[in-house]
Formats: sequence, structure tokens, C-alpha cells
Amino acid sequence: MSQTIIDRIAEQQATLPARDGFLAEFTGRSMADFRRMGIPAAKHEEWKYTRVGGLFRPELGFGSGISVTASDIDPHRLPGHEEATELVFVDGRYTPSLSNIRHSEKELAVMPLAEAASGAYADRVRADLGHSAAYHPDGIQALNAAFAGTGLFVMVHKGIRTEHPVYIYSIADSRTGYVFAQPRTLFLVEAAAQVTVAQHYITLGGGESFTNEVFELCAAQDAVVDYVKIQDEGPKANHVGTTHVRQTGRCLTNAVTISLSGRMVRNNLNMVMEAAHGESHMYGLSLLNGETLVDNHTIVDNVQPHCQSNELYKAVLDEASTGVFNGKIFVRKDAQKTNAYQSNKNILIGEKASANTKPQLEIFADDVKCSHGCTVGRLDEEAMFYLRARGLGETSARALLLHAFAVDILDRIGHEPLRRHVDRRVSQRLAFDFEDGQ
Amino acid sequence: MLNIQDLRAGIEEKEILRGINLEIRPGEVHAIMGPNGSGKSTLASVLAGRSDFEVTGGTVEFMGRDLLEMSPEDRAREGLFLAFQYPVEIPGVSTTNFIKTAVNEVRKHRGEEPLDAVAFLKLMKERMKLVQIDQSLLSRSLNEGFSGGEKKRNEIFQMAMLEPKLAILDETDSGLDIDALRIVANGVNQCRGKDNAFLVVTHYQRLLEYIVPDYVHVLYKGRIVRSGTKELALELEEKGYDFIKNELETADQA
Repeated sequence: MSQTIIDRIAEQQATLPARDGFLAEFTGRSMADFRRMGIPAAKHEEWKYTRVGGLFRPELGFGSGISVTASDIDPHRLPGHEEATELVFVDGRYTPSLSNIRHSEKELAVMPLAEAASGAYADRVRADLGHSAAYHPDGIQALNAAFAGTGLFVMVHKGIRTEHPVYIYSIADSRTGYVFAQPRTLFLVEAAAQVTVAQHYITLGGGESFTNEVFELCAAQDAVVDYVKIQDEGPKANHVGTTHVRQTGRCLTNAVTISLSGRMVRNNLNMVMEAAHGESHMYGLSLLNGETLVDNHTIVDNVQPHCQSNELYKAVLDEASTGVFNGKIFVRKDAQKTNAYQSNKNILIGEKASANTKPQLEIFADDVKCSHGCTVGRLDEEAMFYLRARGLGETSARALLLHAFAVDILDRIGHEPLRRHVDRRVSQRLAFDFEDGQ
Repeated sequence: MLNIQDLRAGIEEKEILRGINLEIRPGEVHAIMGPNGSGKSTLASVLAGRSDFEVTGGTVEFMGRDLLEMSPEDRAREGLFLAFQYPVEIPGVSTTNFIKTAVNEVRKHRGEEPLDAVAFLKLMKERMKLVQIDQSLLSRSLNEGFSGGEKKRNEIFQMAMLEPKLAILDETDSGLDIDALRIVANGVNQCRGKDNAFLVVTHYQRLLEYIVPDYVHVLYKGRIVRSGTKELALELEEKGYDFIKNELETADQA
């Protein structure tokens, strides 16, 4: 990476809001960290498969953001959006003019992060922003933090059980050139609150983009969070996304990560279980073809005792695609009676497809149950023959079996309209129109 | 309907079927019996199009077409049905949706309109009675966690739904208790008609007490060595397969 590009990034960063106060200090410090740490090279163990170095090229641009209209977003809106809160990032910048806050102020607080940092939520921003940095001590994470000045702040107020979801659209407008976007969100779910939040990534135009996102979520005592990430960008999209979920009280957090396309996709998902008796579920589905690479890195950090976590990641790998799963589980010395399960299952369809899987368990307590497992296989020939012997063509038999493989991930999307939406997308991808219901 | 001439097939270097000749006409029920390893299930698999086996010689004509040239799905669409000895469990695939897809694939092949939800449900309710299969079983994943008897009943139920011209029952009696056997056989008997035919592959005569065949063939070392009527099955039951083996060995020596 040349000095010119770093300077250009720094120049751009300096134009952002938050030139004073905590956020200015935070972003300034992060920019310095980025300069110091630089872009992770392939020899960096955590970045062995996801090689981001080549993405920092002279033609990268920060987008103007102004060319995107509501009608550009319309084809990509998620189901039930008419009643949902829709928050929009364009080229990495939270864009209030394209967002629709449909929850009441009693339910949700939504504002630019810079406004939250200097206003009523200053203390919370100061306390919770940047918690993920310790889990990803690298330049990519620091780079995003440097751009937190254009980020988003959301709080679901105490005791509020939201009926309608919060949708966050991250739009990369590649129509004007190679887009380099750094979306940042701090999302607080207060005690006994319940929310479904879905992130949807979209590319406008067929060009190249690089989205480097950090989404930090804090869930307090008795909160229930259903988080869904739908990564369905253009074929030239590059994506590094960190979802950092922190349980500060005993609560339930579910995350479903769906990866359907793109050139290079890195999904970091962290579950930090800081309170005893917490529960978390992490599910992932990747349907890949072409030369797409999807790298799922998960971290479950058990800090307190009696926590349960369950992890199931599945991938269908066609053509020359690559699936990576790296699952870390930390059990700290006080986290006795931890139950942590991890499983990664892959079906290789393409001759040149490959799956790489690496579980990492670091256990410092002595009374815990942890398990991990991994399978890599081909499509079940016996099942294929059974279906074909009943008159199903090879394509539909294959799609039916792959859908069956995917369905136990899809079923984990609790919000029914969203589940059906993702199911339809997955079915389309499997070139198969299997009728739902009876 | 089905005409097998000198059919030879095997797996890798090993020849399992060593020249089978068999003709089945509409309305007939044929039973294939034989000791373990005689090639009974191989014959059923080769007819259904399982790719594990390589056909090395002979011809099979089904409804006037070259069966061996057809894909497994085209054989099914043309009206050939294999009731599996070991039906496959497929988690995540609803039995009902699967059967609906299969029925409509066959209808499409025949140039018929797909059944709508109402018509399909009506047909299903009617055919469910044939094998006394419960609705709750059909809303579960295909064969997943089904008992041996439930799997076999599900096979016959699928057969009743698909209305094949030729149904091959591959050891459908294996693993069934007498009540389940009676239910399955009863279902088969109700599907019998003058236009369709059955090939019943079995090790024991027991099933043939309930599904009474028109012809019985004994398969031994990949060849049909005896053919007769249902009395042949009784004779086998009484004397065991050894009498056939002994007879053949005596003949070989002569």
C-alpha cells in the first residue's frame, strides 16, 4: 500500500464531522492506529484467506452519496418495510434523508453517532464504542473506527418489545467508480427490550466496491436480540464486516449470517458473554459459486459462568468458490459450567471448490462442555437416486437436497416474513421453485 | 410392457446378472425369488437406473422404448416405479411437498396440467387409506425417523400416488411384522389392474401369500433357473433353496 493512498484516506477522514470531543479523539486515535498497523498481509494468521491488500488501489473513491435516491433502494427493501424502521448507509455514511424511522421515540432513539456522542448519549457512546477493537487488533478494524464520525447510533429503550424490525441497508454505489465504504453502527438494546435487526448489503451498478463495516451491539439484562445479516452484493463486491455482540446482562442473542454473493467476503461475528447464564446462537449459511470467497470468523468469549452458546455454519460450494470457517471459543477461568458447541458443515459441488475449517478452543476453566465438529462432503448420491427414481430431474433433485441442507439455518430466522424472503432468495439461487406449505 | 433379453450387468469386474430373460405383460404379477446374493436387488436396481451398476450386455424394452438408454427420472416418468428396499431418509424435505413435486413431474411428462392444491389433497386423502398411512407422518421430513414399517408403507403410498405402469417391489417385506406386511400387501392388491404390472422381489414366500403372483421365477447366480406359477414358491418354501442348487449341480455334472 503506497503512502499516497494512506494520505488520501487520512485527508478524507479529516473532512468528517466530530472534530472535537470524544468522537474526535476516538477517530483521531484510530487513524493513528491504522497508520501504525497498516493493512494486514496474507502472512497475518487471521487474514490468511482474505487478502485485502490488493483492494487498496489508487482508483479507490469515497463516493459522493448524493446520487442515490429512495427509488434506487426500493427493489432491495426487506419484507414488511412499510412498518419497519429503515436506516440507510450510502457509501459508508449514515444518511438520514434516505432513512425512515417508523418506531416512536419512546421505542427507539436513532441519530447520527456524532450527535449521540456530543448529546444525551455521550456517556453511553464513550462507554461502549470501540469495544470490538480488542478482539481485532488490526489495521482494518482501526480504519473503520477512524470513520466513525459518519456512523449511526440506535438505542432500543428499556422494556420495549418492538413488533416491527429495524432494517439497515448498506448501499455501495459503484455507478460512479470503485467505492470504499466504512459503515459504523453502535446499537444498544436496553434491559428487557426485544428487537429484530437485519442488515442488508446492496451494490448499485456492476462495479467494484469495498465495504469495511463494524457493527457493535450491546444487549443488557433480559434483552432478546435477533440479528440477521444478509450479504447479497454484486459479483465484484468486497466485504469485511464485523458484528460484535456484547451481553452485559443475562440475555439471549441470536445471529444468522447469510452470504450469497460477492468476490471476497469476510464475516467476523463476536459473542462476548460478560454476564452469567447468557445464551447465544450463531448460524451461518453460505451459497457460493464462481470464485467467491466467504470467510466466517467467529469468536465466542465466555467471561462468566453458566453461559451457553451454540454455533452451526453451513456452506454449499459450487464451481471454484472457497469457504472458510474459523471458530474461536474462549472460556475464561471464571466461566465454569460453560456449554459451547460448534459445528461446520460443507457440501462441495464444484470440482474446484474448497472448504477450510479451523476450530480454536482456548479453555482456562476446568468444568466446561465444549465441542466442535466439521464435515466436508459431496451431495448424497443415494438420496439423489431416490429422488430421481421418483421422477425429479437432476437439477431439481439437487436443488431440493441443497435446500434441505440449508433449511435448518433458514428456520433460525425468527421473523417470519424475513425468513420467507431469505428462503425465496436461497431457492432462486438453487434454481428451484419448491412450493411452500401444503 | 417389459421385455428383458439376455441382460448382463455387474459392478466393477464382477458380473452379477449373467443373462436374464423375462417378459412381463400388462395385468401380470411376477415374483422373483432367490437366495441371498443371487442378484435379485441388482436386477431391481438396474431396471430403475442406478448408476452403480454397469450393464455389459442385453436389452431391456419398456413400453416399446429402450429402457437402458433412459435416465432414472425418465424411467419414473414413463411409468416405472421402484419401491426401495432401504428408503432413504432425507431431513429437511417435507414428504408431502416431495410427493406433490413427483406427481406433477409425471403429469408434466404425460402432457397433463399439474394438480392444484385441492385436487392433490383429495387424491392424497384417498390413497392414504390404501396403506393406512397417517397425515402426521406425511407432514414430517421424508422418511426421517420413520420405523421400518412406516418407510415401506410410505413407499407403497408413493406408488399409489404415482400410478406406475410397472412397479418393482424390492424386498418390500423385509423388516415387516405380519400386521404391517398385511397392510402393505393389501395396498398393493388394491393397485392391481389390467393395465399395470408388478415385479415382486423377495427372499421369502410369506409375502406371496398376500400378493398372489401369476408367475414365480427363481434367480440363482445371476440367471433365472426356474419359472413356474405360485406353486413353485410353495415348493421353495417347503424344500428350501438347496433343492434348486442341488438340482443345478446334478445337471451340471450330467
